[in-house]
Amino acid sequence: MGTRRRHGTQSRIGMAIRVWLSHHGRSALASLGDLTRAPAASMMTITVVGISLALPAALHLTTRNLATLVQGWQEHAALSLFLTPNLDGAGAKVLAEQIAAHPGVSRVRLITPDEGLAELRGASGLAEAVGLLPENPLPTVLALEPSPALAGDSTKLTALREAFASLPGVADARLDTAWVQRLDAVLALGGRAALVLAGVLSLAVLLVVGNTLRLEVANRRREIELMSLVGATPAFVRRPFLYAGAWHGLLGALVAIVIVTSAVILLQSPVSRLAALYGTEFRLAWLDATTLLSVLGGGPALGLIGAWLAVGRHLAACEPR
Amino acid sequence: MICFDHVTKRYPERGEALRDLSFELDTGEMAFLTGRSGAGKSTLLKLVGLLERPTRGRVIVNGRDLCTLSRRQIPYYRREVGIIFQDHHLLEDRSVFDNVALPLIVSRMGRSEIGRRVRAALDQVGLLDKERVVPTSLSAGEQQRVGIARAVVRRPSVLLADEPTGNLDPDLAREIMQLFRRFHQVGVTLLIATHDVALITAMPYRTLTLDQGRLVIDSGIW
Repeated sequence: MGTRRRHGTQSRIGMAIRVWLSHHGRSALASLGDLTRAPAASMMTITVVGISLALPAALHLTTRNLATLVQGWQEHAALSLFLTPNLDGAGAKVLAEQIAAHPGVSRVRLITPDEGLAELRGASGLAEAVGLLPENPLPTVLALEPSPALAGDSTKLTALREAFASLPGVADARLDTAWVQRLDAVLALGGRAALVLAGVLSLAVLLVVGNTLRLEVANRRREIELMSLVGATPAFVRRPFLYAGAWHGLLGALVAIVIVTSAVILLQSPVSRLAALYGTEFRLAWLDATTLLSVLGGGPALGLIGAWLAVGRHLAACEPR
Repeated sequence: MICFDHVTKRYPERGEALRDLSFELDTGEMAFLTGRSGAGKSTLLKLVGLLERPTRGRVIVNGRDLCTLSRRQIPYYRREVGIIFQDHHLLEDRSVFDNVALPLIVSRMGRSEIGRRVRAALDQVGLLDKERVVPTSLSAGEQQRVGIARAVVRRPSVLLADEPTGNLDPDLAREIMQLFRRFHQVGVTLLIATHDVALITAMPYRTLTLDQGRLVIDSGIW
């Protein structure tokens, strides 16, 4: 008897859950169907949402690609040691070997004053000026390439520079990274700008979806009032609009991904050609998983909030005064 | 049971619609509410249906003080009360079936149960063959009967009607009243607002007469 009653309760609960699920499924499908009833308006809203989401995603992607590019340059960050004139060729070689053994250094190139002068003469327009010099003023130079472990770490590179500058036979040491640091700062600015843009355009998505649904809510005002009158809970009345908002957001997010991906596809070969002209190989990165997920999750979430705001005011009017 | 205990309703724009109103309606009782337009009939029904709240006093329906109901409880209370409007409030772009099914859909009833109950309600008002048509293709009397079917489809214990025969000719009005008597016979508490004096004097039911928000005549039980 007891078990039968428990069984009955269970099946009633099961029934209630099934009805609830089927109601949600129907709401979701019905609101998707509603989008196709006014295709022009829906398409416009979805496109605006798509562009709003695509802009910060594209800026983020650009910054990330530039960061990869700069990373490559940073590895080429050179440390130049200018040797004292009293050190002869053999001494310079010994010093070069010593330095090459240092763990922070991956490669050392010895540039004698003659080679330096030849390089300078080769540089455009300087040949005649060099010819006027009575003697070679250039010092012997050791061009170091820091090990990849240090690349991009400006404090360690600075420490390395100071260590080498104090070596006997070294007149001066110059680290050639100031411009890389500046570029880094610019990239950090770009990343921050992408976040600010994402914040501002999120608000735009909220308002665009909210406004589209406000019209829909106004069109169905009578139905909303009547449903509350016959005992619909606010959640029930709100639900189809929330689904509609989420659909607008999700479809907008897909549009954004298509826009950004198409841009990458279109830019890929010109960028590769440009990189080839500079003698490097560079391929644009695609949207990373985090950005992809934030666009796909953020779109529907913003649509949902916009819908909530749009329908809230009318629901409040259905409450007893 | 409907009980008004010194109820006053004041609207900010047009002053007091009900003044210190007290009366009691037993469970299963059928009563008419009459008076000139503006006497407060609609306001009284709105208070019972919890479409509005009283400014002062208490309204008690089925043993519950409506003032103490929270916002979350309001939808569930409204499901216990059926309301019939003079302009019947039907959705013109939905079929008769969908209109009558609305109170069941919002209370998340299963599909087959909805079908069964909607047909039973349409059968009671004699419109079983009209379930697929839209309300605009029906006559005024038929539209009013769709409104009645929607009000009774959830088998409420309390049924309120605001001028249900206002737009109907006398024959149709009598038909609607017959319908209400049948609900009364199965134990529903009915409160019907009407200014159709000829109609109510022909029927042996209690009549509450309002004038400027006060209860001036309570005809008592015949």
